[in-house]
Amino acid sequence: MYPEYRKVLETAKIESAPAAPSTAAPRSQRNSENTELHILPVQGNVYMLVGAGGNITVQVGSTGVLLVDTGLAQYSDKVIAAIRTLSDKPIHYIINTHVHPDHVGGNETLAKTGGGSAREVTLVNTPGETAAYSVQIIAHQNVFDRMSAAAAGQKPYPESAWPTDTYLGTEKEVYFNGEAVQMFHPPAAHTDGDTIAFFRRSDVVSTGDIFVTNGYPIIDLKNGGSLQGEIDGLNHILDLAIPAHHEEGGTYIIPGHGRLCDEFDVLEYRDMVTIVRDRIQAMIKKGLTLDQVKAARPTLDYDPRYNTPGGFWTADMFVEAAYKSLTPTK
Amino acid sequence: MNNVTLLRLAGAALLLAATLPAQDLFDGEWSPLHHEDYNERIPGPDLGDFAGLPINDSARAFAESWDASRLTLQEHQCRVHVSPYIYHGPLHLRIWEEKDPTTQQLIAIKNYISTYEQTRTIWMDGRPHPPDYAVHTFMGFSTGKWEGNILTVYTSHIKQGWARRNGLPESDQATMTEHFLRHGNIMTHVTILSDPVYLSEPLIRTDDFLLDDKQLGGWLWPCEYVEEILMRPKGAVPNYLPGQNKFLYEYADKHKLPHAAVMGGAVNYVSRISKGVGNGED
Repeated sequence: MYPEYRKVLETAKIESAPAAPSTAAPRSQRNSENTELHILPVQGNVYMLVGAGGNITVQVGSTGVLLVDTGLAQYSDKVIAAIRTLSDKPIHYIINTHVHPDHVGGNETLAKTGGGSAREVTLVNTPGETAAYSVQIIAHQNVFDRMSAAAAGQKPYPESAWPTDTYLGTEKEVYFNGEAVQMFHPPAAHTDGDTIAFFRRSDVVSTGDIFVTNGYPIIDLKNGGSLQGEIDGLNHILDLAIPAHHEEGGTYIIPGHGRLCDEFDVLEYRDMVTIVRDRIQAMIKKGLTLDQVKAARPTLDYDPRYNTPGGFWTADMFVEAAYKSLTPTK
Repeated sequence: MNNVTLLRLAGAALLLAATLPAQDLFDGEWSPLHHEDYNERIPGPDLGDFAGLPINDSARAFAESWDASRLTLQEHQCRVHVSPYIYHGPLHLRIWEEKDPTTQQLIAIKNYISTYEQTRTIWMDGRPHPPDYAVHTFMGFSTGKWEGNILTVYTSHIKQGWARRNGLPESDQATMTEHFLRHGNIMTHVTILSDPVYLSEPLIRTDDFLLDDKQLGGWLWPCEYVEEILMRPKGAVPNYLPGQNKFLYEYADKHKLPHAAVMGGAVNYVSRISKGVGNGED
């Protein structure tokens, strides 16, 4: 969950939503009506769709459309309209980077209407048998577990929004539109169900909320995230990225929120998170309490850039999550 | 012809001269003159010398934590000086104009900067700057216009970089206004840097260049990153924990300056320090 979504929550009237978690999908369309979505061509077959909550990665080609994340539910019609300006072919795959509603909120609508009507196909490898064709929603197993089970005080997502193709290990892959797409799962990073998607031919990485440019990383402890996992995830992104010339260009990085980036941007962000970890870890070793750590302002040098006072995810919240994540449980 | 008419004609002529496009004014190859800010530009700034820059507390904290060993990390080894800083260093500079082959209208003014082999484009065709979700680059996105014989350039979408290369940061939210002025064979380059993240007020700097069409070589800057520190733990980022940077006051102590005097910030400008203001005595 991220600031845009939080803003929606703050301004929208939350109604009973039988088809989605009550805190996850405000049904008011007030904001979405006035919000403009933007498409940014990234590289190769890949585009970045901005404005629907979390960034959506769109890969188009002769076979169809593959999406990484689907944004907030209320923007689904606009998302489909934007995709249709790039391709009139059906959506075949949706990859979910994690469980938050600003990234999976559009699953249901996009899977139903973006893929075209479900139809039967003959299975070549099993003569005489048929199967219903539909959009495949790929995610780590932990995303499925969290979407299908209601958290305290929340309703589960509707079944039609759940991942249909999950993986348990650290990697998964598909080949689509003439391109290998690799998925990597850094354990316990932003959440415990994160996926980083790497488009190998287009040379684009879609990171989900492990990397954002408009705030400190959210360490969602309740959903299994951890500070060290977050740093490991950022280092994994750096491993995938290769700059073209003097640390610029080459592999492009689509963050969960914010602007398009390349390796150097991830590098500075990774440095920041690592340095803040080092400081908080040293303070914990000295026996400082959480309040003492907060008072020491371990994020002072980065606050004007990443802190949003009074916002959804402040420097204090980041420090608190980092402190709790680094404090050994007794 | 009366005096009023003469005055009007002279005024019109001046106006015409001021508004004529100054085509080709900067075309050629230029070498930097390093007399200004020499110590910072050529040997390089001392660690802990933040004087003269209107930095805020966050910038100072960033620099206090900065360990030069960070430059040994592979991804940092070929990092480019951002456009507000790159003209400050040693470089060869080539400037030329790019024109529409059909209309001969000026499309862009190009700068090739030998340091890090950077080609910078200053768009002169009135195009808008990219949206805020577009990628940032080391040179940023620049648009220019002629103000008489002065080329004025506005740059946005710059990557994070240096305000001074001893750890003082410049954020990716910074923007820059530049003025290129020519006096004979000398070109003065004025940069006005605004950084809402790390500066409390705009930072204004000037550099001078000499027209030098006989430069030999020195136009390439190959850079290939290598493993410099073996066995370093993966993901380690060299940095000083708060209060542990033993080099922080080395420069101040060497020159017998009050520590506060070299810590930067608008309040600590030299003229104020000399009056005992801003160095802890006020």
